[in-house]
Amino acid sequence: MVVKILGPGCMNCQKLEALARKAVDELGLDAEIVKVDDYADIMAYGIMSTPALVVDEQVKIAGFVPSLDQVKAALRA
Amino acid sequence: MSGVVAFFGWLNDALLKMTWLNDLVGQLVEKVFGLPLDGRAGASVQFFIYDTIKIFVLLSTLIFVISYVQSFFPPERTRRILGRFSGVWANVLGALLGTITPFCSCSSIPLFIGFTSAGLPIGVTFSFLISSPLVDLASVILLASIFNWKIAIAYVVVGLILAVIGGTLISALKLERFVEPFVYGTHMAEADMPELTRRDRLSFAWRAVLDIVKKVWPYVLAGVGIGAVIHGWIPESFISAILGDRNPFSVVLATIVGVPMYADIFGTLPIAEALVTKGVGIGTVLAFMMAVTALSLPSLIMLKKVVKTPLLATFFGIVVTGILVIGYTFNAFSGLLL
Repeated sequence: MVVKILGPGCMNCQKLEALARKAVDELGLDAEIVKVDDYADIMAYGIMSTPALVVDEQVKIAGFVPSLDQVKAALRA
Repeated sequence: MSGVVAFFGWLNDALLKMTWLNDLVGQLVEKVFGLPLDGRAGASVQFFIYDTIKIFVLLSTLIFVISYVQSFFPPERTRRILGRFSGVWANVLGALLGTITPFCSCSSIPLFIGFTSAGLPIGVTFSFLISSPLVDLASVILLASIFNWKIAIAYVVVGLILAVIGGTLISALKLERFVEPFVYGTHMAEADMPELTRRDRLSFAWRAVLDIVKKVWPYVLAGVGIGAVIHGWIPESFISAILGDRNPFSVVLATIVGVPMYADIFGTLPIAEALVTKGVGIGTVLAFMMAVTALSLPSLIMLKKVVKTPLLATFFGIVVTGILVIGYTFNAFSGLLL
């Protein structure tokens, strides 16, 4: 499983990354976490509002910092 | 009919202006602290406690409701809507959507690239970028609370007009050559946004309240503190000599002071409130608030990455001119508004 965090590196992106790491740990998933901070790469996902969470190339959350439960739900689905 | 008017008047006073809270705080200051309200310290303390409570209560409620509404208008959707319009209507819609699309300055680069590469005229994007920080729905209701509805509505209308005219001018000047070339070269995919459930939206709204309150509380406290000092300690003659009607440059001065300031609009409201009670013109106060919110260094630095200096300077010049015009116009017609 590949989990991508899209965002230029602002506060919200760092928060989302921390949440994603925590969720992966707590769920005991075997996932690689990748940060995507290049604008062209971010927008290739059809996203303007950061931060965004992409799981296996599917945009799950965009535009806000979610709760830990929301991140877990996105990883399980 | 008069019954309905009286009812709404009561609702307005109780919920927006919270006159009962002011009375309650007055009692507290007088009876418990032993400070007479017509004295300097008493007036300052009453202003500080009342304004702090009122602003935080209104702010939290408003952010919650507005964020819920905003969750229906992500920028990706706004971009699709705007793509269907052209001419001045696209600018009008850009200005309107600017008020309800959730967006922070760290998203302004992808937003600019996304709008531009979708073929939207840069003027439409600038209409959006001008109205977005300027006409914040929460601040409008706070304006109604502190002053009155006439001023709040007038503020929205002139803010939107500034955004539409500013964007239209930028389009008319054909400044596309001053957009960094990589913006046009970036392709943005069309993708459906993940569907949000009602629970997602509520949690989004709640988090927005926590985020914004955490971010703005120092500004609000500082603003209320400055307001309280002005309210109780600075003589009216002093303030009105600098910022009042007798100084023809009051609006210019307020704008020059406001532009480099990067405070939240919620922090500027209590200062505005205190200044108006000291006889400063409403236009001068609004020019100050608009200068603080519409132009901020962080957002200009962000924009610098996607546009070249001539376009950025044009944007800056148009907004500053607009604020000055609005300030003097409001001062000239303040009799109709207060």
